[in-house]
Amino acid sequence: MGSRPPYPRSFAPAVLSPLQSLRSLGGTGRLARVSDVMISLRHVSKTFPGGTAPAVGDLSLDVPRGEIVVLVGPSGCGKTTTLKMINRLIEPTSGEIYVDGELATSVEAHLLRRKIGYVIQQIGLFPHRTIAENIATVPTLVGWDEQRIAERVTELIELVGLEPEMADRYPAELSGGQQQRVGVARALAADPPVLLMDEPFGAVDPIVRSKLQEELLALQDRLRKTIVFVTHDIDEAIRLGNRVAILNVGGVLEQYASPAEILAEPANDFVAEFLGSDRGLKRLSLIPISTVDLDPGPVVAPGGTVEEARRVMERYGTDWFAVVDGDRMLGWLTEDDLRGAATVPRSGRRFRAWLTRSSSLREALDAIVSGRTTMAAVFDGDRYLGMIDVDTISREIVR
Amino acid sequence: MIRWDWIGRNLDDIGALTGEHLLLTGIAVAAGLVVSLGLSAIALRFRKTYAPITWVTGILYTIPSLALFAFLVPITGLSILTAEIGLVSYTLLILIRNIVAGIDGVPPAIKEAADAMGYTRRHRLWAVEIPLALPVIVAGIRIATVTTIGLVTVTSLIGQGGLGALILRGLGTFYSPIGTTQIIVGTVLSVILAVAADVSLAFAERVLTPWARRREAAA
Ligand SMILES: Nc1ncnc2c1ncn2[C@@H]1O[C@H](COP(=O)(O)OP(=O)(O)O)[C@@H](O)[C@H]1O
Ligand SMILES: [Mg+2]
Repeated sequence: MGSRPPYPRSFAPAVLSPLQSLRSLGGTGRLARVSDVMISLRHVSKTFPGGTAPAVGDLSLDVPRGEIVVLVGPSGCGKTTTLKMINRLIEPTSGEIYVDGELATSVEAHLLRRKIGYVIQQIGLFPHRTIAENIATVPTLVGWDEQRIAERVTELIELVGLEPEMADRYPAELSGGQQQRVGVARALAADPPVLLMDEPFGAVDPIVRSKLQEELLALQDRLRKTIVFVTHDIDEAIRLGNRVAILNVGGVLEQYASPAEILAEPANDFVAEFLGSDRGLKRLSLIPISTVDLDPGPVVAPGGTVEEARRVMERYGTDWFAVVDGDRMLGWLTEDDLRGAATVPRSGRRFRAWLTRSSSLREALDAIVSGRTTMAAVFDGDRYLGMIDVDTISREIVR
Repeated sequence: MIRWDWIGRNLDDIGALTGEHLLLTGIAVAAGLVVSLGLSAIALRFRKTYAPITWVTGILYTIPSLALFAFLVPITGLSILTAEIGLVSYTLLILIRNIVAGIDGVPPAIKEAADAMGYTRRHRLWAVEIPLALPVIVAGIRIATVTTIGLVTVTSLIGQGGLGALILRGLGTFYSPIGTTQIIVGTVLSVILAVAADVSLAFAERVLTPWARRREAAA
C-alpha cells in the first residue's frame, strides 16, 4: 500500500440527493456552494447518433470534492461516455453537469477543459514534443510566463517520480510506465481541481500497475484532487476509490458507496456477481488489524518451565509457542526444541511475517496460511502486541 | 562533341536560365501548397468533399501538359501566369493526397488528448496535426517538386521554360554542335536541379522532425 493505510478513509458527508441540489440551484445557473460536491451529474443521458438504446440512460451522481470516485462496470456499460461528458468531449443528449458549481455548458468547451486534467490508457503524449514540452501544454495554453512554466515542469517531473534528465527526451524514448507518469504530470500541470482518468493503468504490466496505483494514492494524499477514475477492474476500484460507482449496461448506477460498504452489503445480485465469489477476501484487504481484538497468544517468558510451555500449547491447540520477555518477542519454538531442556531458553526462530496494526486482515490471513498455523504475531515497531487468529478473521468475513 | 567553349562563353546566360527554372518551380510548388492546404482543410472538415476534390485534381493531373497550355494560351496568353496555372494544377493531387493522408494518420488518442487539454480545433491543426503529418506532407512536396522541375521545361513552348528554353533552342539548330551542347546542358542541369531539390527537402524534413528520428533510434 502507499503511504496511506488502507483504512480508515475519509467518508465525506453523504451525497446530495438530486432533489436537494436542484433546490439549491439559484436563478443564476450557479449551484450554490452548499456542499462539498465538486462534480454533479443530474439526469444525464447520451444516445449516440444511430444508436437505438442510450449508452447512458438517466444517470445522477455527485462526486465529493477531494475524493477519488471510481466508475467500474463491464465493458461497454458507458463508463468512458460518462467520463467524457464531464469535460464535454461528448455532449450529453439531456441532463445537466455541474463542475465546481458551474454548469459545464456555461463556458466554452476548450476553456472548461483547461481546468480538468485528463489521463487516458493510450496516454496520447505528443510525439513531436519533448517530455518537458508535453507537460507544459496547458500552462502554455493558458499563458503562463516561461520562468513559471519551467519551474512547474521541474516540480512535476519530480512529483511523478521521473528523472530530471528525461525532460529533454521524446515520448518514444520512454517505457510505457514512464510515459503514463508523464501523462499524469501533463494532466496536473496547471493544477486543475479535477482529474479524469480513463483506465490509465490498463496497458501496463501488473507490477508496474500496482506501483502506479500506489503512487497515485500517495500523490492524492498530497494534492487532494477530485478524481473520477474509470476501470473495469473491481480490485483496482476497491484499492483506489473513496467511493465506487458500480455501473451496469446503459450507464445504470447499481450501487454507489464506499468499497467497504459495497463489499459488506452488495445492493443486488448484479453487484454481488460483479464483486466475485472472493468478496469476503476482498473485504479483508480493507480492514486493518487495529480494528479487531488481539489475543495474548501462546506465549511463555524465558526461564519458564517446560511444563508451562506444554500447557500453553495445549490450550491454544498449537505445536509451537512464542518466547516473550515483557513486550519483546524473542521468537518461536516447538515441542522438539524443548527436548532435554529444563527451562524455556532466551531465544527462538524469527517470525517470517511482521504484521503491524495497519496491516490488513488479508495480509494477516496470508501470514497465517503460509505459516501453516492458526495465528500470527502483530507488532508495533519492535513491541509485541499480541496474536491475531483465524477465527477472528473469519468472524470479520461473515460480518 | 560538347562545345565547352560555348559553355564558357555563355555561363551568365545558363545561370540566368537555371535561376528562372528554379523560380518557376518554387512559385508553382509554393502556390500549389497554399491551394492544397486550403482544399485539404475543406476536405478534412467536410469529408464528403474529399472525393470530388480528388476527382477534379485527378483529372487535371491526367490532362497532357501540352494540351493544357494550348487550352490556356487563348485566355491568359504566352505569359508566366499561363505557365504557373499549368504547373500548379499538376501539384494539387499529390499534395492534397499527402496532406489529408498525413493528418488522417495522426492517432485518434493524440487528437483526443489535444482536445482534452483545451486546444481549439484550429490551434490543434497547426500545433499538433500538421507537425505530426509533416513527414507525409514533405514526402508529397518532394514528389511535387521533382515532377514540376521536369514539367517546367515544357513551358518553354509558351515562351517560359528556364532550362527548357535552352533545350528548345538546341532543337531549333537541328543538332549543330552548339545546339547539341545546349540540349545536353539543359537536360543535365534540369536533372541536377531535381536531385538537389529532393536532397535538400529530405534534409529539411530531418531538421524539422527530430522526434521522428529519435523514434527510429529507440525502436
Ligand atoms: N462514438 C460512439 N458512437 C456510437 N456508439 C458509441 C460511441 N462511443 C461509445 N459508444 C457505445 O456506447 C456504449 C458505451 O460505451 P463506452 O462508454 O465506451 O463503454 P465503457 O467505457 O464502459 O467500456 C457502447 O455500447 C459503445 O458501443
Ligand atoms: Mg471505456
